[in-house]
Amino acid sequence: MAFYVVQFLTGLASAASLFLVASGLSIIFGVTRIVNFAHGAFYMIGAYIAFTLTERLSGAFGFWGGIVLAALAVALIGVIVEMVLLRRIYHAPELFQLLATFGLTLMVEDLVVLIWGPDDLVGRRAPGFKGAIDFFGQNIPSYDLFLIVLGPVVLGILWLLFQRTRWGVLVRAATQDRDMVAALGVNQKWLFTSVFAVGVFLAALGGALQIPRDAVHHAMDLRIIVEVFVVVVIGGLGSIVGAFVAAVLVSELNAFGILIFPKISIILVFLVMAVVLIVRPWGLFGKPEAAARKTPGLTVNPWRPLTSNERLMALAALVVAAMLPLFAGNYLLTVGSEIAIFVIFAVSLHFLMSVGGLASFGHAAYFGLGAYGIAFLAKMAGLPMIVCLLLGPLLGCMGAAVFGFFAVQLSGVYFAMLTLAFAQIVWSIAFQWVNVTGGDNGILGLWPSSWAASPSRFYWLALGVAALVTVALRAMVFSPFGYALRATRDSVLRSEAIGIDAKRIQWTAFVIAGTTAGIGGALFAYLKGSVFPDNLGISLSVDALVMVLLGGVETVSGAVIGAIVYKALNIWLVSQTDLSKLVLGGFIMLIVVVFPKGIVGMLEMLAQRRKKASPPGSPLLAKPIESAE
Amino acid sequence: MRARNYFVGAAFALLAGGMAHSALAQDIKIGEINSYSLLPAFTDPYRKGWQLAVEEINAAGGINGKKLVVISKDDGGKPADAQTAANELVSSEGVAMLAGTFLSNIGLAVSDFANQKKVFFLAAEPLTDAITWSKGNKYTFRLRPSNYMQAAMLVEAASKLPAKRWATIAPNYEYGQSAVAVFKKLMSEKRPDIQWVDEQWPPQGKIDAGPVVQAVAAANPEAILNVTFGADLVKLVREGNTRGLFKGREVVSFLTGEPEYLDPLKDETPEGWIVTGYPWYSIKTPEHDTFLKAYQAKYNDYPRLGSIVGYQTIKSAAAILAKAGSTDPEKLIAAAEGLTMPSPFGEITFRKIDHQSTLGAFVGKTALKDGKGVMVDSSYKKGADYLPGDAEVEKLRPKD
Repeated sequence: MAFYVVQFLTGLASAASLFLVASGLSIIFGVTRIVNFAHGAFYMIGAYIAFTLTERLSGAFGFWGGIVLAALAVALIGVIVEMVLLRRIYHAPELFQLLATFGLTLMVEDLVVLIWGPDDLVGRRAPGFKGAIDFFGQNIPSYDLFLIVLGPVVLGILWLLFQRTRWGVLVRAATQDRDMVAALGVNQKWLFTSVFAVGVFLAALGGALQIPRDAVHHAMDLRIIVEVFVVVVIGGLGSIVGAFVAAVLVSELNAFGILIFPKISIILVFLVMAVVLIVRPWGLFGKPEAAARKTPGLTVNPWRPLTSNERLMALAALVVAAMLPLFAGNYLLTVGSEIAIFVIFAVSLHFLMSVGGLASFGHAAYFGLGAYGIAFLAKMAGLPMIVCLLLGPLLGCMGAAVFGFFAVQLSGVYFAMLTLAFAQIVWSIAFQWVNVTGGDNGILGLWPSSWAASPSRFYWLALGVAALVTVALRAMVFSPFGYALRATRDSVLRSEAIGIDAKRIQWTAFVIAGTTAGIGGALFAYLKGSVFPDNLGISLSVDALVMVLLGGVETVSGAVIGAIVYKALNIWLVSQTDLSKLVLGGFIMLIVVVFPKGIVGMLEMLAQRRKKASPPGSPLLAKPIESAE
Repeated sequence: MRARNYFVGAAFALLAGGMAHSALAQDIKIGEINSYSLLPAFTDPYRKGWQLAVEEINAAGGINGKKLVVISKDDGGKPADAQTAANELVSSEGVAMLAGTFLSNIGLAVSDFANQKKVFFLAAEPLTDAITWSKGNKYTFRLRPSNYMQAAMLVEAASKLPAKRWATIAPNYEYGQSAVAVFKKLMSEKRPDIQWVDEQWPPQGKIDAGPVVQAVAAANPEAILNVTFGADLVKLVREGNTRGLFKGREVVSFLTGEPEYLDPLKDETPEGWIVTGYPWYSIKTPEHDTFLKAYQAKYNDYPRLGSIVGYQTIKSAAAILAKAGSTDPEKLIAAAEGLTMPSPFGEITFRKIDHQSTLGAFVGKTALKDGKGVMVDSSYKKGADYLPGDAEVEKLRPKD
């Protein structure tokens, strides 16, 4: 019995550290609607700075003072980031802030290694909390007890802050309806900055408090960020109590789960999230999101098919791309094939995101399923390449059909997180089912047949498929189905009122996007000659998001450019420097600030402006606008 | 840190200058790939090791009179990126051979690439048995003692312990799974009386140490096998120390004696664990002394196991290239098979039968000395003594 009590308390201690970080994320998201990918980075910097301070400052005061000082210092960094970077892009399309915080995370991962060195750092134990307390023969670390108390204390302070102060009232109001808060004359800028600072403070505090139990190292951020997101979503976005309950739920299920299934930890949080979201689409304590008042950006500048001239230009670009094998070597051709494959992957996500308004955080699942489809067909059934290429993507299609059915019942970030959960479940199956998938050692030896083996032929194949896919998806955008899909994106209520079956349309779009991603994955398997669980992983899903956002989420085919720029730059930087993350992160942040609508989005806007500035026949009207600018 | 800064500077210079090639056509080029950005704690000393080797080789006149150049690429910890890098090295840089890699899945990906493109590949670090056995191919050789070998070394010591109830803690991926499987198999062969009472599989890099420690303690084992390393090991040791998990229990642990993993533990180093590792401070052989002096003179830092691996990878590559007298992959394979050469750990041979080198490892016990973790009572185990018989190896490895 004593054992179960102690295991329960141990779970509570894990929950407390998880809650600290999760509460910060929840507050930030609730008010600013920023999907703060950098939250893990702030957690990590908190730990690093706390390590330095607690090593320098002596005594009990030095330790606790160091922890608090570190959290304050990181909160200050957070304020600077918010004011310099995020303030500029609040009005950018949804999720664009994700791109900025992703860039920041990349930079931080390299920066901490430059500043603190590559070795794992082990900090001091907390003065007064070094030992353990005997509980009927079981030891409970006293630091765990400290954390168990701290969790509810922080929850209480936050509750008081939100319920009993004017600032708290404003934050709650903004969580519910930030446009209305702005309309009532509240200075949003400072509200957002202060909320961001509090959130970052909590993240850094969570990181700093890990020093006595953990090692400080440069991958801490990734270890926690996804888990924290999951906790926030299970609890319900913006709900502090929800985050607390979810943290306890997840930690306790883990603590007791490993007694029965020792391998459960790897997937547990995602299973819980999937179940919770299917049963309660807004998390345990969340409320349905208020219908967002969309800026009418899209209606001002409606999508249109390409003009004949533009079609000719696109064709010319394709012809130029097809001539690459005439002068490029094998390496460039293989890189070209890889880029073409990522164009396929990116446009498939773009179709779902911009046309369907459904941002998936787990799109790599269908890419990877396509790749595994190839592996199964080629290695187990021994089918020839052409048959594999035709049938392989079907695995992506089936996966999308099953998961999409559940996912499209939700919307917004909940939709995104459910897709992430499904992707992680697929990933863990690929990872764990060693007999069939080879586990993380993957499936090797999937090289293309001789007709496509040479780099130039494979390049043409990949380029051809990429062009076909892009054209097909574009055609779909301007087909009746595309109009219906856009209608569900712009207003579910109105589209349903005119007789569109929104869920079915969205589900169809999901399946189309999943199958297309599967085509990309199938080609990828042949390009690399092997398949690994990586091909289904979170980082690939994030890559796809970054490509779409970089290209411009409000454009028809921006993802093509986004994929080319991101992938080419990534491959080149990784080849040229160990600090590729630092440079790439800096580049992404620069793009975010300079092109808040994405690269293609910005170019379109410039073109639009030039057109408006000199409409033929009405120079008089154009003049004042120009001078006003 | 100076060497690293220099490297950073060089990288930026490359960036600025575009694709500036410093290597001349008559140089011999080796393409090297490793997870520099993902695993700097290991790859930083590793790089210092191979840079020292390159310097020594060229100071001694290069390879048959030609200058040796190593072109190094980062794989970011992703198999797909490692293949892109391998392709660049082979197709555009025209390297004579590939070398390096740390993670098992990346090693396998590059080995498969080498097999497909008919390029010689010397895997430095990946521990998986598959790379030389079940997925072995004729183009791939491996330097470090494999999972099997390290398990066999540990079993030799572990089987002498009186403990009968064993529990295992291992990261939940291929390395952890195969380490536990081989250890269990060899151990049960030697000691049929042993019971396996619990196993814990925390996700790699994400151990929730408290519950894991409690769960293991609840099974009340007499001895524990640990396979976690890096940050997971730190968390496990700290929780285990506080909760008294290791008190009165024997612990056998993979890799924990390597400075990369032992040094961060500082004064929390648990005492008396049986580990494999690299006690650079207590190896008194002329070969190692020479290496140690050269390394410390160049970097003003002590070597980690990664330094040895990096150093010996390039030294081995150079020896193979020198003997082959050519960069033709078939000739390189012929030269490498059965080739014997010196190393800081003594003479090693690349076996013809499975392309595994006989580089060994040190087995000893952990101890605390002046608030730091060290390995004591350590002895060098020659790799050749811990490999299965030829008949068994032939069954494990597909025919070329």
